[in-house]
This record gives sequence, structure tokens and C-alpha cells, in this order.
Amino acid sequence: MTDPSALIDQVQYEEVGEFPVERGYIWTSCSSVENGNPLFWDDDVAAELTDGPIAPPTMLSVWFRPHNWAPGRTQVALPLQVHFDLKEQYGLPEAVMTDNTIVFHEPVRPGDVITSRQVLKSVSEPKTTKLGTGRFWVIDVEYHNQKGELVGVESYTGFGYKRGEG
Amino acid sequence: MTLVLKEINEGDRLPPLSYDVTATTVVLGALATRDWRPMHHDHDFAVNRNGTQDIFLNTPNQAAWFERFLTDWTGPKGRLGRMKFRMKGSVFPGDTMVFEGTVSKVETDDDGCGWAEIDVSLTVGGDVKTTCLARIAIPTSDDDNPWSRRAERWVP
Repeated sequence: MTDPSALIDQVQYEEVGEFPVERGYIWTSCSSVENGNPLFWDDDVAAELTDGPIAPPTMLSVWFRPHNWAPGRTQVALPLQVHFDLKEQYGLPEAVMTDNTIVFHEPVRPGDVITSRQVLKSVSEPKTTKLGTGRFWVIDVEYHNQKGELVGVESYTGFGYKRGEG
Repeated sequence: MTLVLKEINEGDRLPPLSYDVTATTVVLGALATRDWRPMHHDHDFAVNRNGTQDIFLNTPNQAAWFERFLTDWTGPKGRLGRMKFRMKGSVFPGDTMVFEGTVSKVETDDDGCGWAEIDVSLTVGGDVKTTCLARIAIPTSDDDNPWSRRAERWVP
């Protein structure tokens, strides 16, 4: 087995979003949480504050989640593939995400095409928690727009484990 | 309606938000975030495969709820810089979720950008389900607009 920690700080799974950022999703998202922020509903406010419409910052990860089906695809695509790779490589059948940090940079705008890439930042030594024995890892997902500008970084801390005996 | 930095003090509490979650809330939130996993829309899968009591709110949609809670308070000039989430429990249909926030820090950075840090909690019946530590840029005057900051002038 290759040591998965050899992949630390290596760029993996660079992928271009499957569709350009669009306002329909922005309105559906705002509607789902009853967010009436005029920045997303009133073009005059968007023109004044942000030089035109932008997406809510927390929609960052929306733009990289794959379609549930696409022509020619034979299996369901998994977002955050590095997480599933680590589970597999270390033989850890269960996993939970313990925390998640999002840092927002340039605003995301309708028409943008967002590229995501995954970077493993760290893997812990084996540890035992009340869930079982396994390892903690931190994975960053970096997002850039079509101009190469950084629009955001998400950091996920995962714990992959085997259930404890008894 | 636009909040400016000098009006904010450490210890200030944000206006709470209370919302009755239904199955529609959970399913709409999952689809709005392009999260097709069955535990966010399929009751039978959630109960019999995941062992949870029902379908439950997904994390990206919770992030959207936290954003709405924060910008209801700041107005449209409030610009999120950073959010750190800790997931402690799930939110199910039938739950009344309550968002509460307290200002933990107010500062101006080296480039003159105003910032507030807010400790936000999502609770159901007093039990904490998710916490979010948010850092959000707030205008320092009526003329200031954090959204005009780009590149090295934006240090989230």
C-alpha cells in the first residue's frame, strides 16, 4: 500500500464545475432559508454594492457538487473523493466529519465557472475515541473562478474509524 | 438598516431566529445545495439504514441558514469572511430550531476593514445541534463598503 500521507499538500481531483453559476440556484437557495437579503433579489442594490449580482457566499460548495446522473457516467460521483480514498486506504469503514471551516475570498458571480481541487493537509496517528479507533485527517477544497482568482477554501476535518469492540 | 462597526460591542446579542422545520424544509434545503444523498430526503433510508429518527438537515443548507441569520442582522453590506462549524446533533422535521448569536470580538484590521466575530448556536429544545464561529466584515462608516475590498485588501 502506498502511504497515503505521501499525498499531503499534493493537489488532487482538480475538477471544473459541471455548469456555470446561475441565478436560478441562487434564488432557490435563498428561498430555502427565507433569506430576503436585497443583495440577491434587487439588482439596484447588487449594482451599488457588488458591481452586479453575486451568489451567497455559503453557496460555495454548491457549484462543485456533481449531477446525480450524467451521460456516460457509470457510477455515482462522490464529492470530497480524498476522504473516501483515505477510508479505503486505511481500511476504516466508518467516518464522520467533525468540523468544517469555510473562508470566503472573491465573490462568486453568475456566469462564473468554478474549479475545485482537493488537498490533503494532515493525517493523525491512530487514535481512539468513543466512536472507535481510527485517524483524523484534514482536507482542504480550494475553489477558483475562470480568471484564476481564489473564491474560497473549505477545510474539512474527518475521523475515519473502526467501531470499538463491545 | 445598515449596521456600522461603532454600533457593535462585545457581548451584544443578535436578534434570535426561530423556525419550525418540516420535511419540506429538509428536502428543499438538500436539493438547493445539490446534495442528493438519501438521508436528506428518504425517510425509510434515514431510519432503517442510517439509524436516525428521520431525514435531517444537511450541513451546506445549515450554512445557508447561518448566513441568513447573520445578514438579517448586518444588512446587505455585511460580508462573510469565515465560518467554522461544529456538528453535534441532527435537526429533524418537527423540530423548532433556534439561532442565537453573541458578539465575541470587534476589531479593525491593518487595512482598516471592520470585523465582528459572532458565536452562533443552533439549538432545538435547548440542545445544541450546531455551533458556528463566524467572522463578518461590517462597514466602519455609512460610506464604507466591505464588498469593495479585493485581493490583498481583503483578509478574511
